[in-house]
Amino acid sequence: MIRFESVEYIYPNGIKALDKIDLEINDGEIVAIMGENGAGKTTLIKHLNGLLKPTKGKVLIDGIDTRKVTVASLSKKVGIVFQNPDDMFFSENVWEEVAFALRNFGYDEATVKRRVENAVNFMDLVNYINKSPFTLSGGEKKRLALAIVLAWSPDIIALDEPTIGQDLLQKEKLLQVIKLLNSQGKTIIVSSHDVEFIADLKPRIILMKRGRIIADGDAEEIFLNEELLRSCNLLPPQLITLSKELKFIGVKPKLYSPRELATEIMAKLQR
Amino acid sequence: MKIIEVKDLGFKYAGTDFYAIKEVNFEIDEGEFVILAGKSGCGKTTLLRCLNGLIPHFYEGEFDGKVLIDGVDTRDCPPYILSQKAGMVFQNPDNQLFALSVEADIAFPLENLGLPREEIRDRVEWALRLLRIEELRNRSPFELSAGQKQKVAIASVLAMKPKILLLDEPTSSLDPVSAKNLIDVIIELNRRHGLTILISEHRLTHLIPHANKLAIMDKGKIIYFGEPRKILREDVLMYGVSIPRVVEVAREMEKINGCLPFKEIPLSVDEFLNNLRGALR
Repeated sequence: MIRFESVEYIYPNGIKALDKIDLEINDGEIVAIMGENGAGKTTLIKHLNGLLKPTKGKVLIDGIDTRKVTVASLSKKVGIVFQNPDDMFFSENVWEEVAFALRNFGYDEATVKRRVENAVNFMDLVNYINKSPFTLSGGEKKRLALAIVLAWSPDIIALDEPTIGQDLLQKEKLLQVIKLLNSQGKTIIVSSHDVEFIADLKPRIILMKRGRIIADGDAEEIFLNEELLRSCNLLPPQLITLSKELKFIGVKPKLYSPRELATEIMAKLQR
Repeated sequence: MKIIEVKDLGFKYAGTDFYAIKEVNFEIDEGEFVILAGKSGCGKTTLLRCLNGLIPHFYEGEFDGKVLIDGVDTRDCPPYILSQKAGMVFQNPDNQLFALSVEADIAFPLENLGLPREEIRDRVEWALRLLRIEELRNRSPFELSAGQKQKVAIASVLAMKPKILLLDEPTSSLDPVSAKNLIDVIIELNRRHGLTILISEHRLTHLIPHANKLAIMDKGKIIYFGEPRKILREDVLMYGVSIPRVVEVAREMEKINGCLPFKEIPLSVDEFLNNLRGALR
């Protein structure tokens, strides 16, 4: 379980990036953190594995206070996939990049080999194992960053803006990966302002603005509140907007998939 | 009037063994608004680089066919002349901005052209006004938000007074409201100032109601090029193109009903509602 208790974080330049954050995330939940650029989403994620320690208050991961342990020890429980994967690569090739953290955790070579194989297979990177990470395309780099984290299989996986620069097929793959990992009991935390992607994922949504949590609820409840979204520089998913305009034929405003909404409209029209 | 003509274009980067784009043919008229879509790595960025002369003048490789910009063959024209015909805005504005103030950033390329002081001052004012960022003139580009930075990048390109604006995924790192603001500005540049727009994007929802043409690329080739409404009736999802959700709803209704219950595919919520009201009458 993840617990934030009155967490405040002030960067060395004096900017308060987190302000009185109280938050509980249970094991096995999928949570989206949404908000405009600069709302504090990345700062919050960096608190999950102790990369940043609260200026005030505390963060507890399975009861462990992040201020009292090293990032290395927390990393076994919490894996973070950062927005810009270039920041985390340094190895000669994809295989070594995935193996690096596993060796650091002290796994024997046989286990390292098995886990690297599984991770590169899972993320469709088999053809790239001998290539330098820096020669991969943007989408491939994002897949590699996720493969690295999957290799050591932490209980909590946080993804920071995973859909930026991704095309539709990559987003669909990412959606499947998130759902699959969640079905294995992993806790997933995704920061994003991609409302259509989050509408497909239908997670619990935490809305942030200027370092504070201003709303916490299920996806439908948050997305139906247009005023709240706009105050965070977000727009509702297109089908929420459409379903609200369809009251005149008796359609209820909801978070529909395209097929669900089409079925609903056709049923109302045939009546 | 044709402003972009691409004939049998192909390009292979030096040191690679495959063509990043090949057999590309299309024409764009002055004042058109064209969206370039397709999977990551399909060749969109390479194609845009061919249109402002970065290819073949800056990137080395094998160049086939030809590109005419405003009647001029890009191979015969140095990039600094081409940049006054076709300006390019990149995905990440940080790669384009470097000066101490917004004003200085916009003025820099004009100084390089050796324009007179008054002309530079007029053009900087004009570009600031066009993007409605006059109040940012003395700020450092690096303290601006991502959306503001992208507007500064566009202003510095427009100050060269190009007829064509090329944009490579300009909204990808912006939050939805900032992205929509930027798209509104681009639409206005097209509608009110007659600029020809060619923009590559993954998120089509806000752009597509304003586009004359949609181009879809796959593996270096152009698969579709034409009227968006026609192309969105084809199976384009396999090319990684996120079509607007209202289009998906209309196509699902078509499947349930056996035929499209509307007179045309709606591209926006408003068009959907108008079509629906029409069908109920």
